[in-house]
Parts: sequence; structure tokens; C-alpha cells
Amino acid sequence: MELLLDSLFNGVAIGSVLLVAALGLAIVFGLMGVINLAHGELMMLGAYTTYVTQLIFKLPILKPFYNSYIIVSIFLAFIVSGVVGILLEKTIIRKLYGSPLETLLATWGVSLILQQFVRSVPLAYGTGLVISLLIGLFLPTTFPSKIKESINFKYIKFSSWIFATLTGVLTGSLISSSVSKLSRASARNVDVTAPSWMRGQVEIIGTAFPKTRLMIIVITLISVIAITLFLNQSAWGMRIRAVTQNRQMSDCLGISTEKVDIITFGIGSGLAGVAGVAVSLLGSVGPNVGGNYIVGCFMVVVLGGVGNLLGTVLASFGIGIMTDLIGAGRLLSIWPDMPLPLSNTINFFATTSMARVMIFALIVIFLQFKPTGLFPQKGRMVEN
Amino acid sequence: MSLNKIKFDKKIALSFWIIIIALIIAAPTILPVFRLNLLGRYLSLSIVALGVDLIWGYTGLLSLGQGIFFALGGYCAAMYLQITSSSEFPNNIPEFFALYGVEKLPFFWEPFRSPFFTFFAIWIIPALVAGLIGFLVFRNRIKGVYFSILTQASLLVFFNFFNGQQKLINGTNGLKTDVTQLFGQMVGSESMQRIFFWITAILVIAAWFFAKWVVKGRFGNILIGIRDDEPRVRFTGYNPVIFKTIIFSIAGGLAGISGALYTVQSGIVSPQFMTVPFSIEMVIWVAVGGRGTLLGAILGAVFINYAKSLVSEALPASWMFIQGGLFILVVTALPEGVLGWIQGDGPRNLLQRFGLKRKIETYPSLEVNNKEGNNE
Repeated sequence: MELLLDSLFNGVAIGSVLLVAALGLAIVFGLMGVINLAHGELMMLGAYTTYVTQLIFKLPILKPFYNSYIIVSIFLAFIVSGVVGILLEKTIIRKLYGSPLETLLATWGVSLILQQFVRSVPLAYGTGLVISLLIGLFLPTTFPSKIKESINFKYIKFSSWIFATLTGVLTGSLISSSVSKLSRASARNVDVTAPSWMRGQVEIIGTAFPKTRLMIIVITLISVIAITLFLNQSAWGMRIRAVTQNRQMSDCLGISTEKVDIITFGIGSGLAGVAGVAVSLLGSVGPNVGGNYIVGCFMVVVLGGVGNLLGTVLASFGIGIMTDLIGAGRLLSIWPDMPLPLSNTINFFATTSMARVMIFALIVIFLQFKPTGLFPQKGRMVEN
Repeated sequence: MSLNKIKFDKKIALSFWIIIIALIIAAPTILPVFRLNLLGRYLSLSIVALGVDLIWGYTGLLSLGQGIFFALGGYCAAMYLQITSSSEFPNNIPEFFALYGVEKLPFFWEPFRSPFFTFFAIWIIPALVAGLIGFLVFRNRIKGVYFSILTQASLLVFFNFFNGQQKLINGTNGLKTDVTQLFGQMVGSESMQRIFFWITAILVIAAWFFAKWVVKGRFGNILIGIRDDEPRVRFTGYNPVIFKTIIFSIAGGLAGISGALYTVQSGIVSPQFMTVPFSIEMVIWVAVGGRGTLLGAILGAVFINYAKSLVSEALPASWMFIQGGLFILVVTALPEGVLGWIQGDGPRNLLQRFGLKRKIETYPSLEVNNKEGNNE
């Protein structure tokens, strides 16, 4: 019983990281049919945001609130990755709708640039850049509609960009002068230390669970609930669902598909940032941190079926639990006296990398029976 | 799409060939050994690029897993070399086995004692693996981005497998070939490298002719049909699965040859050949050179790799930016690649923009607009 609980918990912990990472991907892929290979790098940005937030909270002014930095960083990571995602959508992805393979390649290019950016630009100035992007993109949208419709709006927009740039440079140099760790570019991995209330373990029914893992599960749970509520209860959620089902028809009915695309992509990217916070709690943060998760996320999306949150949830927990069962060789401890050839096989696959091999094989076998995933989209189309 | 619109004149073609052959013969004397070796490696990479062009440029299948077949070819060649030059090691098996306490050659390496078997294995094994993966995927009508993701995932699986199996294939360390012997000579020696360069050059040309032959005629037409409108091909009575599987395994075989040539010239094969970035890089060679133009794939592979080595020598950090920028640029601004742009309307449009050539009064936009219709 204890063993089973332990295994289940581990599986759920692995699965929840996958889920929170795949959630954004699933939404973006489901809505736009866009494969975002930069998703892993958006996660990486989220993880670095956690790191930067942590260092800033060590400053004397914010020291009393240090323990709450992780909560703040979740929101900040959402915003940072979301802003970068929106910029990505506005500049590149929008031009490539309808040609998913090209989008895939372009986003790969973006991911390379983001990786190298983190390596060769000091994080302080990176923060400054994100802040200027944030202001530049959002300040004009907050103006009253009277100004927006005026003929001089483009000049106002332009000046708001100048303001944004200045603010960004200022914050960048402010941070770099006050936090020395952020003022130099470094390709080395950095570590995020969890605040004291998150260290240690909790005992539930006689089994000890690390608190960071529980925190990740909580983050995932909140993200899933929030996104479900958003999609099913809000007006924009309804529009997003409408566009997912039939883009042209929604366009005809007056839904601004352009805005829907931006919002969806922003939210998807923001969720990647939240996933980055979760990932930063698990290990050290480096430019390649996202790459370790991205293929797993794609597997979740493929397995779960496109445009279905329930499928994504089930698929990630399924993969998580299977990873733990196979990778830790738990079947052997549950059933110790199994025949030799079988136990040899299980031992052969009982490493993290071999578990991946096994799981992929299982996914391919599964796709032989259900090519469109657990919950395929309904419809009668030649192409889907 | 206007591919291969302009046919080269016969005279131009002839002088082109004479220059190419002269360059190939002269290269070992002109270039220093280091550069010659690099050129040989890049030429061998152009064979895998040809394969990518066949499946992506002609058939519309974007595979992000060509590294699997590339590395398989490399491993076949490297293992043969290791086995043939292992006579002085204990148990007559390659040295690294002793590190892990393996005393007998694993059974699947046994046939690699024979040079004939290896010669065929280098391209047949990758082709078979590609065919199997392809068949399992295509059979379910998995295509487009799903295909790309699945190939990428299988790449990762192979990477993990090869990385983890020390006892069978020396795991992360890979197999070294430069200190092994072939026909009584060191593989890493200068004279052998020169021979390998010539073999590579000849094989590139052979592969080019082979690829040309594949895309010519009805088979090629069906491939292009699958790329442009697969359901229509199916409704016309062809089974796309067969054609896709065949072309995918051809590309796999080409990748295997390419991997073997690359391995003997770089001196090592390791799971690093199966990393995700390397396989995507292959796609960008083709994309920049011009997809759907076979020559473009070759030129793209050679020039981009050459640029990579030059830039990495001068400014190591900037190559990632340049490469990332290339990916973005080539899909947004130059979707047909450089050669496709030259062969198409590119130069004329450019001249028109500067007012050097008169605009033609037709509706070339008709063809362009078609692309947006594919949205749903």
C-alpha cells in the first residue's frame, strides 16, 4: 500500500510537471495548429524569471518578504513568457498561419536565439528588455478609445515605445548596479533555492513527500483549474473555443480572430513561464533547461488529442505514472518473484533514459490503434 | 510552384561539370589537410541533405529524425573498423568492451566482421529502420506536424538508447575510427583522408543523379502530388503510404551513407549525431539552399556548414544568433530557398523593385494566393 502510494505520488509529481508544461502547448496547438518549438525556451525564461526574482528579493528593501518570492515569481514568469510569446506571435507566427511546418522551423530559430540570448546578455538587461516590451506593447492598449481612434495615435504609440525603452534601460542598469550576480552574462547554470517554508517533507499516511513536489502539484492544479474556468466561463474563453472549432465561421460572426490568436498565444506562453517556475524548483536552471521537457510535452499533446484539456491531463499523468513505474523498476518490488526473463527485461528498462525508450514505444503502439489520441476531435474531414 | 523552371543550357551544364570535376581533383593539392577534411565532411553531409530534400522538398514530410539514420550508418562503419583492427586486444574484440567486462562480441555485431556485409549494412539498415518507422506512422495517416513530432521523439529515443548502452556500443563515448586500420592503413592518416574525400565527392555526385532519377517521371510526380494534395492522390487510386514509406527509407539509406562517410572523416561516431539540434540543422541546409531543388540541398549543406565553421572560429557566440536568424529569415522571406529564388521569379522581382526591369502585366498573384486557401 505504502509502495503503491509512493509510486502514485512520484508518478503524479512527474506528470504534473509535464502537465503544466504541456498545458500551454496544448492550447496553442489546439487553437492554431501551431507547433511552438520555442515553448521549451519560454519555460526557460520562466525559470530564469524565478532566479532573477529570488535575487531581487534578497535586496534589503524586499528582504522581509523574501519567503513569498516564489508566489510573486509565478505571476512574473507568466507575464514575462506571455509578453515574449505575444511578441513572437505578432512578428513571426502571424505571417505563417496555414503552414505549420514553416512555423515549426521559425520557432526553432527563435528558440536558438533565446538560448543564446540568455547566455550572452546579462540577465539584468534582459529584465530591462522584457520590461520595455511589456510597457511598449500594453501601454497603448490602455489609452481611452478616444485617443486610440485619433489620427495621431501612431505618434502616441511611437512615443510610448520611447518611454518604454527608457524605462527598460533604467531598470536594467538599476538592477545590474544593485545585484552584482545579474550584471554579467554567464552560460553557467544557476540555482534557485526554495524558501524555507518549502523545504523539507510532509508526512501523509506514513509516507514522506518533499514539499517542493507538493508545491508543483499545487501550481499545476491551480493552472488547470484557472485555465478551465477561463475557457469555459469567460467571454474570451468562449471566443477562443469558437475559433478552435471553426476559424472561418467565427471570423464571419464578428469574432476578432486576430485578437483571439494573440490572447491564446499569450496565455499559452504564459503557462510555459509558470511551468518554468515549477522546473526551476526541481533542478538547476540553464539555457537548455526547456529542451529536456519539450519532447515529453509534445508526446502528451499527441497522446491526449488536440484541443482537449481532459486528454492532456490524462495523458500527462499517464506518462508520469508509467515513467515512474518503468524507470524505477517498481513492478519488480510489487511482484518480487516474477519469472527471470521478465524481471531481466524490467531491469533493462529501469533507468530514466531507457524508461523513455519504453514509453515512446508504448505511445507508438497506442497510436496504431488510436491515431488521433485519446480524445480525437469530432468531425468529418478528409484532412484534420 | 515554379520548380526547375529554367533549364540550364547544355553548354553551361558541361562547363559546370568540368569545373566541378576539376575542383574535386585539385582540391587535395590546393587545400590544407584541415580544410580538405572539413570540405569532405560537409560534402558527406550534403548526401543526408539530399535525402531531406527528397522527403521534405518533394514529398512534404518534414522529418526531424534524420539523425537516427545518419548515426546508424556511422555506427555500422565505425564498428566494422573497430572489429577489423582489434586483433591485438584481448578476446579479439574492440578495446572498449574490456572496460565494461564484456568478453564476447554481442551477437548483432558478429556479421560486421565481414566487409561485404558492412558495405550493405551501412545503407540497408538505416533504410530498413526508416521504412519501419515510416510505415508505422504513415499507415495511420499521421502527417504534417504530427509526423515531425514523432520523428523527433524517435530521435530522442534512439539517442537515449545509444547513450545508455555502454556494454553494446560504448554509450556516450561513441566509437572512434581514426586510429583504426583499413587495408593496412590508418583511417586517420592523410592519404586515407584524401581517398575518403574523393570517395565522398563521387558518392555525392552519384547520390545527386540517383535523387534526380527518383524525382523524375511518374514516381516523382506522385511524390509532388502527395506534397501538394495528398487526399487527391489517394482518391485517384494511389496508395500514398507505399510511396511515402519508400521515399522515407530512401532518405534513410542516403542518411546512412552520409553518416558513414562523415564518421570516417571526423574520426568518431557518438550519440551526439542523434541530438535534436543536429537533425533540425539538416532541414535548414535544405531550406536555405532551396527545397525542391536537389542542387540547392547540396550547396546549402556545404555552404552553411562552411559558414558555420568560419563564424564559429571568429565569433563563437554569434553562430547561434545567425543560425536562429537564418531559420526565421528563410521561412518568412525566402520560402523557396536561395536556388529556388534564383530559378523562380526572384531576380526579376528584385530588378523590378529598383525599376531596372519592366513589370509583366499578368496575375502572378493567382499562384501565390493558393497558399492561404490551405488554412483549413
